[in-house]
Amino acid sequence: MSETLATANMAAQYEIMERRRRVYTGLLLILLLVMLIGGVRIAEEANSGSILSGLPKILDYPSDILSQAYTRGWGFWLIPFEVQHADNGIQHTYFYYLIETINMAVVATIFGFAFGAVISILASRNLVKNQMIVWVTRRFTDISRAFPEIVIALFLIFIFGKNPIAAVAAIAFHTTGALSKMFSEVNENADMKAWEGLEASGASWIQKIWFGIIPQVWPNWISYGLLRFEINVRASAILGFVGAGGLGQQFKTFVDWKFGADIASIILILILTIVTIDILSTWARRRFIGKVAH
Amino acid sequence: MTSSTNYETLATAYPEAINPNRRKQMMWLGGFFGLIGYFAYIWVAFDISGAFARASMDRATLLALDSYAYKHHVELSLRTGEVMVNLEGNRRAAFDEFPDWVVADDGFTSVDMGQGYRAELALGFMRIYRDGALIVETAPGPDGPLLQSEALGWMKVAPNKIEGRPDSYVRFIVTKSKITLQRYTTGWENFWFDNGSPLHGTSIWAAIGLTISGEQVDPTQSNLSLVSSEIWGNQEWQHGQVWYAMLITILMAFCGTVLAAITALPLSFMAANNINPMWFLRGAVKRVFDFLRGVDALIWSLIFIRAFGLGPLSGILALWFTDTGTFGKLFSEAIENADKKQIEGVSSAGAGAVQSTWFGVVPQILPVLISQTLYFLESNTRSATVIGMLGAGGIGLKLADAMRTGQDWENTMYIISLIIAVVIIMDNFSGWLRTRLIKGQEKSAL
Repeated sequence: MSETLATANMAAQYEIMERRRRVYTGLLLILLLVMLIGGVRIAEEANSGSILSGLPKILDYPSDILSQAYTRGWGFWLIPFEVQHADNGIQHTYFYYLIETINMAVVATIFGFAFGAVISILASRNLVKNQMIVWVTRRFTDISRAFPEIVIALFLIFIFGKNPIAAVAAIAFHTTGALSKMFSEVNENADMKAWEGLEASGASWIQKIWFGIIPQVWPNWISYGLLRFEINVRASAILGFVGAGGLGQQFKTFVDWKFGADIASIILILILTIVTIDILSTWARRRFIGKVAH
Repeated sequence: MTSSTNYETLATAYPEAINPNRRKQMMWLGGFFGLIGYFAYIWVAFDISGAFARASMDRATLLALDSYAYKHHVELSLRTGEVMVNLEGNRRAAFDEFPDWVVADDGFTSVDMGQGYRAELALGFMRIYRDGALIVETAPGPDGPLLQSEALGWMKVAPNKIEGRPDSYVRFIVTKSKITLQRYTTGWENFWFDNGSPLHGTSIWAAIGLTISGEQVDPTQSNLSLVSSEIWGNQEWQHGQVWYAMLITILMAFCGTVLAAITALPLSFMAANNINPMWFLRGAVKRVFDFLRGVDALIWSLIFIRAFGLGPLSGILALWFTDTGTFGKLFSEAIENADKKQIEGVSSAGAGAVQSTWFGVVPQILPVLISQTLYFLESNTRSATVIGMLGAGGIGLKLADAMRTGQDWENTMYIISLIIAVVIIMDNFSGWLRTRLIKGQEKSAL
């Protein structure tokens, strides 16, 4: 008899908790909605045009570009193979600039990966005894992650002139911060048994890292690195827009000149590249860590 | 069993552990040389040696110096003989009363430049002393200044201009019409109160003291409102405008992210192969996601700026479109990876399609959903800065303006520091919220 009472009591308790949870969730959603509507209204006020006046014009730019591309006829598909004039008088096709953009991303990712790997070890609480070092490296990664890439790129363009170095250094700096945070999370989740075994057999700190930790974590590191590479391809295209070379810089020129067919062609190339890299890196990530980890 | 047989059994059981794997070694070696070859190609393709040769390092040092120091200009007009002291060469920020390191007396001006340097200015000459010893002397000539002393390595002497920087904090420029001395001081000048403010020259601590106790400075308003309005309305640092712009940027990130998450959720169910049996609809939705993601936020913002004009609304729409694609991909993958057992369990208890999705799938993907949304909230703050720079407004536009004028790098530094601080706070806040909301389940994310 008392058991059924206890169960009934529990059911009632559960009912109360459930109701409270629903109220909280509802309140949270309402708050979110209010913030959203308020935010959009503030943004609309600060904007030079409003939602209603803009809606009919939303297809203006795309249709403008596409109609210019259409008037080129079949020639549109040949634009990527046409030779463009660069600032320094050297002539290249779009494919050259596309490769430059991808190279920028590759180099930045390699450097970011290498620095990120080293720093992540110093930022892992389980691998470094001196917690002071961990704290300092973590603050460094916080700062390097928070630095907007475009700012560093603009500074470096100011010093080096228009050159891919600016974009590479900027992206590599940010990538170092982003990857070292993710890597250190992987490191901290590593199984420490191998580490302890190596410690018992008298291994040095570097040996413990190399034989005890790296074999466990590298597939995840590679996976995160590939994910970052996808992001960096976009970043290098955008930084080209502010003058760091590559396809982005060409894009900026044609946006300023309002050459619709060229704009459409570059957008098409960028989309195809990004989607291709997406697919390739997803495939590579599956290969490296298998389907289990995801 | 002796140790040698022990070794042999182990060696036959695990040959790879004992014998170095030739193929693996060759792969490492190949990879290493491949990387070196690639970097050599990059060195040539990016013209790195050329870029370093052309790099202007004095620009870099000047920029670095200017970001944490400010300078006073002392100008002597050789036409009128008038002496002026101002901040950063801004004529509107001229001092009515000279600071104590400038002594002007009947056509002769002595300036203590700091760092052990002293300068003397008059219509007929300019002299620079280091620790009391004369090192530079110029005199006016018919076409420009004439150098009377020995030319030193750090000086630039041209027919119409003589300039030099004996110390990074001391600089002089002599032309035909005027002599300019630049005296650097470490720090950010007038950070709290600008030149025109009644509280100019008051330190922030003294100002805080005033708000708590002390005489009323302005009879029409309380000290607290005076101090805050003076700081907020600082003309040189534009605190009010900068913080408002920062708020707009956060707003862009927030609205863009939340709208994208709300839109992507129903669409991602349509794209998941364990929910939606119609393959063509699935494929279509997935291609839409790819398209939204592939056209970058930058291009979306170009399109929306054309339609809605410059401003944060266009920024919100750009982030919304791009992130709908990203979220759609991530969410639909999470749905596809959801454990079947829970769905089967719920449907075996008699649940319909909607119920089995609601009670079987949603609880499983909720942690991924929340953690990804929070993560993007932080990363979109940075993206909003970037697209703001390209016309969507907010702190990005402020930063671009500050960098473009290129005079006051300390303003640029201030805005950058603010952005970094906000991003770090957002990062920590979203991390805290993530652990609070999903308690230890976040590892399933990504």
